[in-house]
Amino acid sequence: MSIPAIEANHVVKRYARKRDSVTALDDVSLRIEPGEFFGLLGPNGAGKTTLISIIAGLARATSGQVRVMGYDVGSDYRSARRSLGVVPQELVFDPFFTVRETLRIQSGYFGLAGNDAWIDEVIENLDLGPKADSNMRSLSGGMKRRVLVAQALVHRPPVIVLDEPTAGVDVELRHGLWQFVRRLNRDGHTIVLTTHYLEEAEQMCGRIAMLKAGRIVALEPTATLLARLAGVQLTLRVRGTLPALLNAEAINPGQPRYVVRVSAAAEVEQVLATCRAAGCVIEDLEVGRADLEDVFLQLMSNDVDRKAA
Amino acid sequence: MSVTPAAGQAPLPQRFGAIAVARPGVGFRTLLYKEVLRFWKVSFQTIAAPVLTGVLYLLVFGNVLDQRVEVFQGVRYSAFLVPGLVMMSLLQNAFANSSSSLIQSKIMGSLVFVLLPPLSHLEFFAAYLLSSMLRALVVGLGVFVVTAWFAPPPLAAWPWILVFALAGAALLGVLGIIAGIVSDKFDQLAAFQNFVIMPATFLSGVFYSVKGLSPFWSAVSRLNPFFYMVDGFRYGFFARSDVDPWQSLAVVGLTLAAAAGLAVRMLAVGYKLRG
Repeated sequence: MSIPAIEANHVVKRYARKRDSVTALDDVSLRIEPGEFFGLLGPNGAGKTTLISIIAGLARATSGQVRVMGYDVGSDYRSARRSLGVVPQELVFDPFFTVRETLRIQSGYFGLAGNDAWIDEVIENLDLGPKADSNMRSLSGGMKRRVLVAQALVHRPPVIVLDEPTAGVDVELRHGLWQFVRRLNRDGHTIVLTTHYLEEAEQMCGRIAMLKAGRIVALEPTATLLARLAGVQLTLRVRGTLPALLNAEAINPGQPRYVVRVSAAAEVEQVLATCRAAGCVIEDLEVGRADLEDVFLQLMSNDVDRKAA
Repeated sequence: MSVTPAAGQAPLPQRFGAIAVARPGVGFRTLLYKEVLRFWKVSFQTIAAPVLTGVLYLLVFGNVLDQRVEVFQGVRYSAFLVPGLVMMSLLQNAFANSSSSLIQSKIMGSLVFVLLPPLSHLEFFAAYLLSSMLRALVVGLGVFVVTAWFAPPPLAAWPWILVFALAGAALLGVLGIIAGIVSDKFDQLAAFQNFVIMPATFLSGVFYSVKGLSPFWSAVSRLNPFFYMVDGFRYGFFARSDVDPWQSLAVVGLTLAAAAGLAVRMLAVGYKLRG
């Protein structure tokens, strides 16, 4: 069995408050294999950034163990951090330096002197060439985001963590960024991605972990997750009352729309017939297949239901 | 091309050519270089401005008091003032360098670039400290060169000048690191600067000798570590001081050791830096 790119075992993170503590991560365990394109999803406050911070050494776990390429992030932090490149969520930069100075300095922090050939290649691949000698302050948000990606790559880490890399990024840059990240993944880099754009995760990630309130509620290949809601999904707007036996899910209480899931296209006619028999008039009908967003919403609501029960 | 990673180093993808192997000490040197470059790029603000301030103090106080005050017998007040002004500028700039660098990068979020790489807490400490000392010494030298042109003091015991310049810059550089770590806002750092550093500097005997104070205030002054830095530094110029320079060195050395121990401990546990 190969050494996992990232391995988290029973990680707990609690933040102390004045009178009590808040649990950001509650017994999180996962294993990401080398070369994977892995998605880490969850609503705001689920613990994604906390988990990434612990992996990157920016925060310390209350208990549990995290390894990057087999190196413990605490006891063997130098090797663990050399193995990891992190693109932070916030658009941060050092206003004193040019793009090239920023990358040279970042490379030096990792113990690499004379790394200019690789820095030039990263600059070229991220289309930063025309701005290489410009001060960071003068760059647009999109260009600053590219520099953040370049900074994460200057030491050629085998594992790259992208924390919401496309937040606030225009379509063109997003497209270019994903092309580059796909190429890195093809070249053998392990990619860990957090994003709120579930469509991106569905397209890019081979495996996905979903976090909710600090716990992993799903950890499966993307295809398996999507198969949870296999079949055909009917979205209906109706006049009258939808028959209870259809087991429909209301998705817009203000202007009632319902989702009915059936296992095969042949069952669609049965749904329509049931509506007709009940005197329910269908005003609008959409037929589609479940996507990651549907799975995400279902998992999150199931979790809420379980807690309520 | 086949490249074997160094011992203890993670295997890296080799698609883009030869892998540069990390060399010990490069991380520390880079952080030191970055910190020096940071203040050098704004040297009008970080070097020229404090030198000008020092000269203005000399011109104003020297002109007003030269004919009226004689602290050391046979020494012009302006000449007496020069070492105090040099030390005051040196101390304030050592503190300002490390504290402002840390608070700026904390607030702007760019500190993450220093926290993600494999730098040890000792490398972090040493880089911030040495860059602060360098700025302090450059400012101190600038203030000395310009003020000495107006009122040249003697250099009667010059090795003490070097010793106290280095020790003072180190102590305030360390205090700047502590203040930068502890502060979450510019406001908190400004409070530390205005209510601790500034009074301690002004009440350290920069403008006077504590021998001229009442017994009570003279005793209070002796509780201020800044007094020993200024007094010992001045001894290097005039071979005269309020207390024995060895005693001053002991006080400054012990204070420095305690402050450095605290700063290193804060960095080792990641206090207010690593959540």
